[in-house]
Amino acid sequence: MNHEEKHISTYQSLVIVLVILLFLTTISVLVTGFHLGALTVAVALLIASIKVFIVLTRFMHLKFENRFLRLAVAGVFVLFALVTVITFIDYFFR
Amino acid sequence: MADNHTHTEHLDSETGKLGMWIFLFTELFLFGGLFLVYAIFRAKYSADFHIAAGELNAFVGTMNTVFLLVSSMTAAMALTAVQKGDRRLTIFLLLITILLAALFMVNKYFEWSHKFEYGIWPGSPVLKNMSHGELLFFGLYYMMTGLHALHVLIGMILLSINVVKVKTGAVNSERFLMLENSALYWHLVDLIWIFLFPLLYLIT
Repeated sequence: MNHEEKHISTYQSLVIVLVILLFLTTISVLVTGFHLGALTVAVALLIASIKVFIVLTRFMHLKFENRFLRLAVAGVFVLFALVTVITFIDYFFR
Repeated sequence: MADNHTHTEHLDSETGKLGMWIFLFTELFLFGGLFLVYAIFRAKYSADFHIAAGELNAFVGTMNTVFLLVSSMTAAMALTAVQKGDRRLTIFLLLITILLAALFMVNKYFEWSHKFEYGIWPGSPVLKNMSHGELLFFGLYYMMTGLHALHVLIGMILLSINVVKVKTGAVNSERFLMLENSALYWHLVDLIWIFLFPLLYLIT
């Protein structure tokens, strides 16, 4: 049973999302043009994370999904972050 | 023994979608594992990775990023179109998505052939004479972009099946779970590329 009306994204909103994503891509390419060392890596990964968040919420409709699914997706990303951190700790301090 | 079910057809789209998401989680960890290996070796052999990553063509990478981002939008639009019951527009948008995916693959073909011309392919003699870090970079490069390209191909097949299903009316404004899940898969392909692109092409 569907308790709520299904959300349908408008074409216009999807175009806006694409424009934002292309804009972020441009910034990412421009910023990495300046070789700022570790900062470049941080900025590139930050922009990529923002883009992934936008794709997840808008294109993949997570913004309009139930709380359970949203928490599950967030949980998977947190789990991956933990695995990454633990692996690095193990690698650098063994 | 077997009961006679009165309704043989049952479609629970919420559960079907949840199943798709759980599958996508396994995909995220498949690529996530590779990202982690990349990150560790990049930390260990940063100088070698710097030299090797410089070999990649950032322009081709950027072009492919644009192809995938636009195709992700057309896939999302196809879902909107099918929900609104616009069959022709759905098919048109799906075909555009497939076309962009094909352009991505063509680009990848030229990119890889260019590398092959320089004698850089997995296990090639040129690669074997390179430093340990460069060898690792190109190994990971071929593994990650190759696995991703395989996903693009699978996505193209899935989207093509949807074109047929929309045409025959099996996928319509009442039943569109297959299109919805295929679009989710396609967005995942885009999502992985969003991370692959800066890691391989931009950060040198």
